[in-house]
Amino acid sequence: MAGTHRRPSLPGSLAAIFILFALLPAAAQTPPAPAPRFVVVLDAAHGGDDLGARLGNQAEKDYTLALSVKLRSLLMARGIAVVTTRESGADVDADRRAEIANRANAAACLNLHAALTSSKNGPAVHLFLSSLPPVAESRFPPLRQRPIAGGPGFVPWRTAQSAWITRSTALAGVLNSALTHTGITVTLGRTALPAIDSMACPAVAVEIALQRQTDAASADDAGFEAKVADALAAALVEWRADGGQFGVRRP
Amino acid sequence: MIPRHQTVLFVILLLASVIMGALLWNQLRRAHERLLRGQDAAPTQAPQVAPAEQATLMVANDADNSVQPRILTLPLPQNPEARARAVLGKLLDLYAAPDATHPIPGGASSIAQVFLVPIAESNGKASPTAPQLAVVNLTNAFAAGHPSGLETETLTILSICATLNANLPRVTQVRFLVDGQTRATLAGHADLTRTYLTDATAPTEGANP
Repeated sequence: MAGTHRRPSLPGSLAAIFILFALLPAAAQTPPAPAPRFVVVLDAAHGGDDLGARLGNQAEKDYTLALSVKLRSLLMARGIAVVTTRESGADVDADRRAEIANRANAAACLNLHAALTSSKNGPAVHLFLSSLPPVAESRFPPLRQRPIAGGPGFVPWRTAQSAWITRSTALAGVLNSALTHTGITVTLGRTALPAIDSMACPAVAVEIALQRQTDAASADDAGFEAKVADALAAALVEWRADGGQFGVRRP
Repeated sequence: MIPRHQTVLFVILLLASVIMGALLWNQLRRAHERLLRGQDAAPTQAPQVAPAEQATLMVANDADNSVQPRILTLPLPQNPEARARAVLGKLLDLYAAPDATHPIPGGASSIAQVFLVPIAESNGKASPTAPQLAVVNLTNAFAAGHPSGLETETLTILSICATLNANLPRVTQVRFLVDGQTRATLAGHADLTRTYLTDATAPTEGANP
């Protein structure tokens, strides 16, 4: 027969086996998990029949929606993914707002408000955290380690923010620094606000305090709003840059 | 012919009528003068029905988002519920003043009632020194006229809770009603459905640079 079967040599076989074992661990590795996205939730307060405060000839619900749209543009231009709780004048209840924020696995949630101030110091920004008492991390294990809903990792809906107070305080600090650096007067406080009490993310309520409406004040307020939006966008860029851990959903 | 004695009697009665008329007219004039003098001397302040005592009011300030203590001397009733209503009424009077640091219309009449309820312990019993829950019943006019905003509503709630605790230390929890009914928010922002803990309503400091 012309065809002869040639036996492989021993050194060749050993080399093939060595190469196979060397490659095996690499082949067994799963593809690296994609880095968690840095998502910001913008929650324009009020909507529908709930007009909020009267800001001269404008309702708070319209003002916060316009601010949300402006801030979204600024953030997206900086490469930050944004989820908004409402895109129109329609009402969204507090539970739905928190649900949207919690599903987004957000690194920061801003609840946007506006009001007229009686202060003679001019326009300002008020930053509010939830007034819920903070709880230890161990009481609420990270979501990825939690069993299915109803297990030991159950988080009460109305006090979900408790586990995030420390992170929310850190976020408020970054926002405060950025706003103050721009020359904006800032006050800090705590409040009982159902919309952020149920959010499982670093959450801060931002209230823009405008002057009583006069022609001069209206012109000043338009510039002030743009200044605040720029400062908030800069703060969130810094919040993202402060560490990749912010994208991980862990209180 | 009229008998003499009847004529004398008639004259006497006529004289008596004239004298009595003159006396009455004089009394009427003097009474009128007394009334006019009494109006001029009417007190300009309501009479105090209770002894004056020192009260600590936790007064809010919109300019720096703070709540600061202010000590005033007020006539305070001995009944704790009436006392609570009196101090809160004075607090809201300060807010209704033209130069208020936290302007809110309404004044003292905005507090309809304050009820103090002992908080039962785990065994279901409440001791005489047990902590108390204060239920503050606000008028609908107050809630409707309250400025809308996170800061202003939050400061109102904080100052009411802190003032109650400063003057009635047993009050550790506060709930709010509006015209006897529960209400979602004060004026669109601050939650009125929850129970506020007075030890969690410490004044917040302003963060002005």
